[in-house]
Amino acid sequence: MGAERYSALALLRGAMTGHRHWGRAWRAAEPRGPYDVIIIGGGGHGLATAYYLARDHGVRRVAVVEKGYIGGGNTGRNTTIVRSNYRQPALQRLFEYSLKLWHGLSDDLNYNVMFSPRGALFLGHSDADMVRLAERGDAMIAQGLDADLIDRDAVARLVPLLDMGRDARWPIEGGLIQRRGGTARHDAVAWGYARAADDLGVDIIENCEVTGFLRDGNRVTGVSTTRGDISGGRTGICVAGNSGHVAGLAGLRLPLESHTLQAWVTEPVKPMIDTVVMSQTLHCYFSQSDKGGIVGGGDPDFFPSYAQRGAPLRLDDSISQAIALAPALSRLRMVRTWAGVTDMSFDGSPVIGETPLDGLYVNGGWCYGGFKATPGSGKLYAHLLATGTSHAITAPFDLARFAQGRTIDEVGAGPMPQHR
Amino acid sequence: MLLIPCPHCGPRNQEEFAYERTLDSVVRLDDAPDVALSALYTRANLRGDDHEIWTHAQGCGQWLRLTRHRMTHAIHSVEPL
Repeated sequence: MGAERYSALALLRGAMTGHRHWGRAWRAAEPRGPYDVIIIGGGGHGLATAYYLARDHGVRRVAVVEKGYIGGGNTGRNTTIVRSNYRQPALQRLFEYSLKLWHGLSDDLNYNVMFSPRGALFLGHSDADMVRLAERGDAMIAQGLDADLIDRDAVARLVPLLDMGRDARWPIEGGLIQRRGGTARHDAVAWGYARAADDLGVDIIENCEVTGFLRDGNRVTGVSTTRGDISGGRTGICVAGNSGHVAGLAGLRLPLESHTLQAWVTEPVKPMIDTVVMSQTLHCYFSQSDKGGIVGGGDPDFFPSYAQRGAPLRLDDSISQAIALAPALSRLRMVRTWAGVTDMSFDGSPVIGETPLDGLYVNGGWCYGGFKATPGSGKLYAHLLATGTSHAITAPFDLARFAQGRTIDEVGAGPMPQHR
Repeated sequence: MLLIPCPHCGPRNQEEFAYERTLDSVVRLDDAPDVALSALYTRANLRGDDHEIWTHAQGCGQWLRLTRHRMTHAIHSVEPL
């Protein structure tokens, strides 16, 4: 607690003294209960939840229980894209709430999350695509979100390296850009929230895997972990990717199936693409990181898996699509590929709300769109964990929606998690 | 990559197969509403062995029952459904 404020002055002071004064960004906390709130999962969402619980709701006895280390799960495995260009109003409200928090997050946390609103561009490859993008743009503008439908020439000016030829493998007819969208440094988001939460007294307990739940009848009163039992008032599951497993420890079946999603990065090069380029028709997306690598990804592996590794088959799909869209990428060496485990839900939307057990709440099912929601998800989940009732924005995302026929299905693919 | 031993065609590349759903999530016409709802919209989502229905979509087209580990990807058995 009482971490030194990061500032230009502190840097200057470090320059004089050999940078020996920097302390740990957060304490290595030991479990000590009871807590008011226990959050299972020390990813971006869990740490953000802890931070907003302490900052906005005055809940100071908060523990974040993480099975590995901070930033070692999905927060460090995504492709860092931030946007809110959805069609369904419920999803627009959720992701726009988050996008507003991204603007200003570095100041909030006193930690540079390197949020870069460089524009998030959806490509259109046919007349039909352009009609769909126009509809999406209209739906966004109707909700007050920014969306610009741009033609082929404007796309060519924005991303000169795209193959704009009429004989291209996937001809480009235009696009829809959300200029306030962009990217952020994913690790920094976890580290920034961890440091800020720790500063407010939150215990961040790493290398502590939840192995079961403490129960008093239908009430959950804490968690059993590899570092002993921890008791708490309310318990929040926040482990997207492994939600099914953790909820299973409490005997619950969730509307989720875990699938593998892969990503890749090239060697770092000088700036060549300064926009986030995405094609939903092909399902390929790439952008250039601040370090210079082109980071991209595509479809999940289409069958359930908890293994954090994927098949070359799906990598081949997204890489060949990226190279067809921007042929210059074929000259770059790929330095790394990896995979994360995603909660694929049955309507493609997240699950945030209470569970059938008293005192146990769940936040998961982010499919492959969780990173962009980190600040909003944390702040809205903190509201739920502090008050016991859902915020109006997350209320439509409760578990009961499936039984009540209120699914929020952006794609319209039906109850098949592998077809998202 | 998975090498799936199709009981009809022999070992074939994963690319030829399509995952459908888990064996316990088949919705039957005479299921009670809560059973049907659970099968349609929820999964046990085990981090271990589970029974799955696949189809050899780009091969013989037959439906198959796989017993597969979700963490190691080890395939214990493949049987005609």
